[in-house]
Amino acid sequence: MDHRRQLLTDSYLHVSAVVQSVLIATAVAVCLGIVVYRSPWGSAAATAAASIILTVPSFALLGLLIPVLGLGVRPTVTALVLYALLPILRNTILGLASVDPAVSDAARGVGMNRVRILARIEMPLAWPSILAGVRISTQMSMGILAMAAYAKGPGLGNLIFTGLARLGSPTAVPQALSGTVLIIVLALLLDAVLVGVGRLTTSRGIRD
Amino acid sequence: MTDTATADRTDHEPAEIVLDAVTKHYPGQRDPAVDRISLTIPAGEIVVFVGPSGCGKTTTMRMINRLIEPTSGTIAIAGRDVTAVNPDRLRRQIGYSIQQAGLFPHMTVARNIATVPGLLGWDRARVRARVDEMLNLVGLDPETFRSRYPRQLSGGQQQRVGVARALAADPPVLLMDEPFGAVDPITRGLLQDELLRLQTELHKTIVFVTHDFNEAVKLGDRIAVLGNSSRVLQYDTPAAILAGPADETVAGFVGADAALKQLTLVRVADVELGSCATAAQDDPVDTLRAALATQEWKWGLILDSDRRPLRWVSEHQLAQAHSLRDAGVPVTGTVTADSTLQAALETLLAESTANAVVTGPRGEYAGLVAIDSLVAHLSRTRTEHRSATVDSGDRP
Repeated sequence: MDHRRQLLTDSYLHVSAVVQSVLIATAVAVCLGIVVYRSPWGSAAATAAASIILTVPSFALLGLLIPVLGLGVRPTVTALVLYALLPILRNTILGLASVDPAVSDAARGVGMNRVRILARIEMPLAWPSILAGVRISTQMSMGILAMAAYAKGPGLGNLIFTGLARLGSPTAVPQALSGTVLIIVLALLLDAVLVGVGRLTTSRGIRD
Repeated sequence: MTDTATADRTDHEPAEIVLDAVTKHYPGQRDPAVDRISLTIPAGEIVVFVGPSGCGKTTTMRMINRLIEPTSGTIAIAGRDVTAVNPDRLRRQIGYSIQQAGLFPHMTVARNIATVPGLLGWDRARVRARVDEMLNLVGLDPETFRSRYPRQLSGGQQQRVGVARALAADPPVLLMDEPFGAVDPITRGLLQDELLRLQTELHKTIVFVTHDFNEAVKLGDRIAVLGNSSRVLQYDTPAAILAGPADETVAGFVGADAALKQLTLVRVADVELGSCATAAQDDPVDTLRAALATQEWKWGLILDSDRRPLRWVSEHQLAQAHSLRDAGVPVTGTVTADSTLQAALETLLAESTANAVVTGPRGEYAGLVAIDSLVAHLSRTRTEHRSATVDSGDRP
């Protein structure tokens, strides 16, 4: 009974950490994307920076963050946000840049100012692309978060870590496996939720 | 207009646009994109900017609503300098319609049309009424189209919605940048007819950019033929430009078939109609035979009881006929007083008699157009415009 409660708590914490990290990453990446998308140089620089972060091994990044941020939630969320940036940033820039110039020209021509064009024309049109980035980041974060147990972070990684540490005892492998399978199942569920969000928030005029 | 006729009425009156030495020079380019263009666009008229691609006609048009800021020179709409107004506010008072309509794909037709009224802060009920009014105006059923998305429309329907959006706030000025460039020729013809019909109701000042001279001839009250750097090569009525191109470049642009194009500018009502012997189909054959004997031209026309033309009959055919009921060859087509001379020419070329039958409002016989009268009309207009050009050339 206690075991099941632990599973539920870990699952909840896992999903919650991912959702919060991706939300923060989305806010940061979209703002950054809006700032840079009109300049090819800025877009390239921002994308390159986010790519470099993504190449840092998660084990190393967590380890490097511990001396600065301590153990637990703070280094975990920070690492997740940093990793989640690239797909969302790249898709934001791509989505905003691929708005038909005729459409934004028409928007300007009928008397919309820059902020209005961004809010009412460009963002809604770029939204499916941004959301695709969010989905990739979410899936990625679900897996990366398992590493957070190393920094005493929350989530199902603890199950896997303790299981693997007791390798040789009869329950070790099932424990590590149940953690892994749970992550996969939760990742698929979360993705389904995001697909639903996409359907609800994307205009019928541009939905596939 | 209905509910737009409020206190701001004067803002919707047709407005004259005056360009004075307007220049656009992009940094790093040797030649200016637009070089000191001065032009007066009369209130309530359609002025077409026509010229080869890259001549600066679009740049010139986009300076009117300040999508591009001029380097020097002034542009005034209804006497007010456009640079004195906030550009976004200025653009809400100038209709803007572009190629492929530039509709917002994520908004319904209704929301697209409601854009400018929305920006101007109209209340919901007024906007809704206006959207339906505009859809009706451009020939789209509001019930069917209101909640569709642009991608559910054909190219022609998209252009109509584009025009409806441009006109929604009843702006006095309308800028159209090759709005019919991306649709098939048949739809383009329909949209052009529709624009002309709208204009007879609305009397907007319309600046229309195209590279298609035929379109310019059809739509323009005046045509500005532009050369490189938007230099005005000729600015005149279509008839005057066709009859007397100012120089070789304009002549080249007008094309070799200037005379044929001129025929599209004149209505049958403007030429003198010919006539011939006619008879009802129940009349005795001898009556028509006698009538034909007195006229030089040996064809007669058989009419029905409402005097509608049925068949051509020649003196030769009549010689063997016993009744007018089955004599002669059918009339293949007719034109009306509103038809263009080009339509008359096409009709008369199809007839074995080389004459086009002109019919009145109820389809009754009203006269004939012969090839001779077309030729006479063309040569007359040509001499008129030639002498007019010479006269104006003498002025200092």
